[in-house]
Amino acid sequence: MLKTRIIPCLDVADGRVVKGVNFVDLRDAGDPVDAAIAYDAAGADELCFLDIHATHENRGTMFDLVTRTAEHCFMPLTIGGGVRTADDVRNLLLSGADKVSFNSAAVANPDVVSEAADRFGSQCIVVAIDAKAVSEDRWEIFTHGGRRPTGIDAVEFACTVVAKGAGEILLTSMDRDGTRAGFNLPMTRAISDAVSVPVIASGGVGTLDHLVEGVTKGGASAVLAASIFHFGDYSIAEAKAHMAAAGIPMRLT
Amino acid sequence: MLTVLIDTDSGNLHSAEKAFQRMARETDGGRVLVSSRPEDVARADRVVLPGDGAFPACRAALVRDRSALHEALLETVEGRGRPFLGICVGMQLMAQRGFEYRETEGLGWIDADVVAIDPGDAALKVPHMGWNDLVIDRPHPVLDGLETGDHAYFVHSYHMAMRDPAQRLAHCDYGTDITAVVAHGTRVGTQFHPEKSQSAGLRLIANFLAWTP
Repeated sequence: MLKTRIIPCLDVADGRVVKGVNFVDLRDAGDPVDAAIAYDAAGADELCFLDIHATHENRGTMFDLVTRTAEHCFMPLTIGGGVRTADDVRNLLLSGADKVSFNSAAVANPDVVSEAADRFGSQCIVVAIDAKAVSEDRWEIFTHGGRRPTGIDAVEFACTVVAKGAGEILLTSMDRDGTRAGFNLPMTRAISDAVSVPVIASGGVGTLDHLVEGVTKGGASAVLAASIFHFGDYSIAEAKAHMAAAGIPMRLT
Repeated sequence: MLTVLIDTDSGNLHSAEKAFQRMARETDGGRVLVSSRPEDVARADRVVLPGDGAFPACRAALVRDRSALHEALLETVEGRGRPFLGICVGMQLMAQRGFEYRETEGLGWIDADVVAIDPGDAALKVPHMGWNDLVIDRPHPVLDGLETGDHAYFVHSYHMAMRDPAQRLAHCDYGTDITAVVAHGTRVGTQFHPEKSQSAGLRLIANFLAWTP
């Protein structure tokens, strides 16, 4: 049986982890590679690096980081942030990324998704959707870190990018992100039900029950979280044990 | 001993290279080289065909665009009987035919077709993406130390529908049986990514490097 995935996400700027990772036994809390090695050992199912200040000038730092991570961690790695073209995807894949995530570039031009999926296969193309509730049952895409509304309906957009070849949706509820109030479950459910590909729920996790709800109520195939793991509130093993106890199939290591 | 990972320009070879290099180092398994040059494949003691992307594109990269590479592969694997490992689409190419986008001829080493996954349940998403537990169907040297219940990392939308069940070494369940490991003579293939499957995957790679069929 396929297991539900837990994906820790590291925000990276100029090759260093921002917000920090507060683990015991970490040589350098700011080095993403050290954090990746620690999560690998802790039993994370995948890892995600988000380049939050991605510019052309600091791209080389990200490639180097991905290369070094792939040398030490034999687990799937997704890279997002500042990915604009199919060539950006190729360069990240060559560095050692397994999946690459489009965000604003896919909103500006959804055809970039089909171009990349045709060249490299849907299995490595993720589209990250950042959305906020604008009414009880309507969610709208926001870009630029949630500051810029687009007027685009999140469910419709998810269907569009899947039709263009996205192999996975990383769905972040902007109005929950950082609140620790739990995922936006109606939005997660609406998009999970609307698309045929896996949906990763993100944004707002504060407790282990939130992870459970993302799957049981939101219909997500995977859950992504940052701070609850980085700051040692919960370990990956505790999260997996809690979800397994709630009846969710997990890979217990 | 030289193990050549064939580069068909399809995607992430870096992690496969690093995983094979690490296990070769730990097991005195010789040298690991990533190459698309026919002369490297021709002198290889072991050949690995990793593959990401679509069946027709991988097939085209191997055959249409580079017939010398294809000939070298056939000479080394069929002619000289050197051990072969196909990974993901590299494994799918071992079948007779693939049906991704259009019907495409495979290498014909495994009696199977590659068809779209149909889990028969809308809750089971495609691609089949993530960690699934293996069911070992029959023992084999490359599966030494692996057990039913061990997890491996899969990411694929098509799978190998077997005509000869004796060629299937392991499978997993995803609404339907998904072929996970195949073998015939000196050739094996894994649908999952051993280079992404942590300890079980590294074990399989070490087994392959030590395998002398």
